[in-house]
Amino acid sequence: MTAQLGNIALWIAFAVALYGAAAAVIGHRRHRSTLLESAYSAVLVHCAVVTVALLCLEYALITSDFSIQYVAFNSSLKYPIWYKIAGLWGALEGSLLLWAWMQAVLAAQVVIMYRRKHRDFIPYVSAVLMGISAFFVSVLLVPANPFAQHFPVPADGRGLNPLLEDTSMLVHPLLLYSGYVGFTVPYAFAMAALITGRLKEEWLFITRRWAVTAWMFLTCGIIYGGWWSYHVLGWGGYWAWDPVENASFMPWLAGTAYIHSVMTQEKRGMLKVWNLTLITLTFALVIFGTFLTRSGILNSVHAFTRGAVGYFFLAFLAVILLSTVSLLSLRADQLKTQGSVDSFLSRESAFLFNNLLLVTFCFTVFLGTIFPLLAEAVRGVKVSVGAPYFNYVAGPIGLGLLFLMGVGSVIPWRGGSWASLRRNLLGPGLAGVAAGCAAFLLGFRGPWVLTTYALAVFVMGVAVQEYYRGIRARRRTAGEGPVQALAQLFIRNRRRYGGFIVHVGFALVAIGIVSSSAFKVEQEGMLKKGEMLQAGKYQVRFDRLTSGEGPTHVKVHGIFTIFNESHEAGEMRPGLRFYPRSNDPIAEVDYWLGLQEDLYVILSSFDRQGAWAVVKVLVNPMVSWIWIGGAIMALGTLIAMLPTRLLSATGAGEKP
Amino acid sequence: MSRGMMRVLVGAAVILVAVGYLIWGGVQEAIVYFYTPSELQTQGDKAVGKRLRIGGMVEAGSLTKDPETLIMKFRITDGATSVPVRYKGIPPDLFTEGKGAVIEGTWAPGGVFQCDLIMAKHSEDYHPPKAGEEAPSAEILYKSLIKQQGS
Repeated sequence: MTAQLGNIALWIAFAVALYGAAAAVIGHRRHRSTLLESAYSAVLVHCAVVTVALLCLEYALITSDFSIQYVAFNSSLKYPIWYKIAGLWGALEGSLLLWAWMQAVLAAQVVIMYRRKHRDFIPYVSAVLMGISAFFVSVLLVPANPFAQHFPVPADGRGLNPLLEDTSMLVHPLLLYSGYVGFTVPYAFAMAALITGRLKEEWLFITRRWAVTAWMFLTCGIIYGGWWSYHVLGWGGYWAWDPVENASFMPWLAGTAYIHSVMTQEKRGMLKVWNLTLITLTFALVIFGTFLTRSGILNSVHAFTRGAVGYFFLAFLAVILLSTVSLLSLRADQLKTQGSVDSFLSRESAFLFNNLLLVTFCFTVFLGTIFPLLAEAVRGVKVSVGAPYFNYVAGPIGLGLLFLMGVGSVIPWRGGSWASLRRNLLGPGLAGVAAGCAAFLLGFRGPWVLTTYALAVFVMGVAVQEYYRGIRARRRTAGEGPVQALAQLFIRNRRRYGGFIVHVGFALVAIGIVSSSAFKVEQEGMLKKGEMLQAGKYQVRFDRLTSGEGPTHVKVHGIFTIFNESHEAGEMRPGLRFYPRSNDPIAEVDYWLGLQEDLYVILSSFDRQGAWAVVKVLVNPMVSWIWIGGAIMALGTLIAMLPTRLLSATGAGEKP
Repeated sequence: MSRGMMRVLVGAAVILVAVGYLIWGGVQEAIVYFYTPSELQTQGDKAVGKRLRIGGMVEAGSLTKDPETLIMKFRITDGATSVPVRYKGIPPDLFTEGKGAVIEGTWAPGGVFQCDLIMAKHSEDYHPPKAGEEAPSAEILYKSLIKQQGS
């Protein structure tokens, strides 16, 4: 019953989406307002029907209806309610249904918000959004049907992949999908701008908050994914340059380039084609990443089942790219750039270089990800480039970005003099150099590490300086107190001052990444009872094994006593979980987090009689800075995008 | 074209060349070739110095371990050819004779594979094959093993 209802809902959703797309365009072209209104209603109906489909699957999951294959494969009677709910996005079909639903909700939201306000854009925007929705629903109808039946009906479901049995599972995919879906709004507006020929900055102003919101979700999703990898996957790291990680990182890079380059168009009227290209690239990379990870063409820790899904995504990718290219060539005459870079030392040239670095970074990640495919196709050899390749290229490009981040935010538009540049950069520059020297004196070594510290402090120095100057200026001119002056800075130029906070967060993340990669201590050893393993300043003593039972698994824990510089510091209990259907045990790591370093202990294997255990001990310096930096980035983005009226009780508007 | 634009273009060209050079260096640094034991044998000395992954079975009866030094020796085979391997450390749990493994390391001129990483995972897929489903092909085995590094 549930399955039939769900399938019917999906078919209706598909038909309604197609109708909505067609009716919007025809209604607008032929000035038939009833037809146009019906198109907007179709968007809302589509949203409602997809919601029904989503609820059907959720209902089946919660009631453990194992006649539906998806439920039988991805849920279990043993699960607590929240894992049953989260089963929705635990595997391919359900996650695509969730995606389609978020897409539908977003389309409805856009239509409700803007159909009266932006009458020229919205018909095409809703047509594009409905096209995207129709695509997702078509995937659900044909190659990845979440309502496929399963015979015979099993007594219990197989349950999720054990790695997904974690509370992060409730959060991480939602954040990522919100980011992915959010970028479709600026994309749809960009297409609408191209179709209507209204290529002034209007579409940028309408969508910039959408883009920044999507970017924030994507950033949070990626950082949260790192945290998940760190505390669940149990290999001691947070980022493995796995294809699915790259699949989220590539749109992030393109999206980051986009939210910076739009400022150049807003202020100087430059880079029109570039911005249209970037937003298309961002969206295309979302689809490409989905293709990579859902098609089984590349293997990854997140591999979903294989099938025809890949072809659907590949075809959709082709449609996106071809339509953008043809629209761009159609409007080529209107896209002539107005401004030009007058001076090498100007904000616009800094943004150009920032964009160049981000896009080439994106390209290097792309190349590394598909390298095995390329090599096999071109030379017929089986090769791969792993993390060493990505680390090799990411370091220098990342440092270049840090440098531009500091310089770019203080040079004026249209160019500044050397004198003004010196005035703006001297303080932060000196702070950076001092930080590098201080780190050297404290015993930190390595050119990359010291350069990163120096540049990160430089970026933070720029932020502090700009805050200080801003507050000082307001105190002089408006006679405000420091707190009030700070609030006014946020109100009057929240994008700039929120942006500085994002930059500070990024600098902290950079410090965390570089420190944890450079100074990681890793020791592995087979310990008999009472034996010790030394890792950095820590000693780990194996005491005994205990075993226990979870709802879905059996687990064995090793009990280890930890000594910090010979002082007893406590006990750690890393374990291994054994799932009845999996050959491989899943590690349950134990860790102590700290600002300075994390102690991270993995039980690799053990003797069944309890005589010995193989343990891996990692001392990971400053990993926490990544999580803290990520949170600060999110906070900064929130400040940058909050509606002015929320920030301002006095009603002071944003500076134009 | 303004002078500023000129300089920007020169700067952009410099960056592009630098990134191209980086990619080239990164690939050189990180490239790993995947061979079967037979392919490795055919390559002979040409394979020396490259970073390699060898996929195959751990030959039954070939495994010796020294508990003191943790040095382990075994042969890896694809049925036609087998290659001697030397490894120092603790192998993963699933590593045993007669089971599949992918090993990573370098081919020493003496004809012994110096291995520093053993990947002995069977399949990425958590679910066991359904009834009537074929056992995974070599291609799938390869795919499932190749991205294990670091994870």
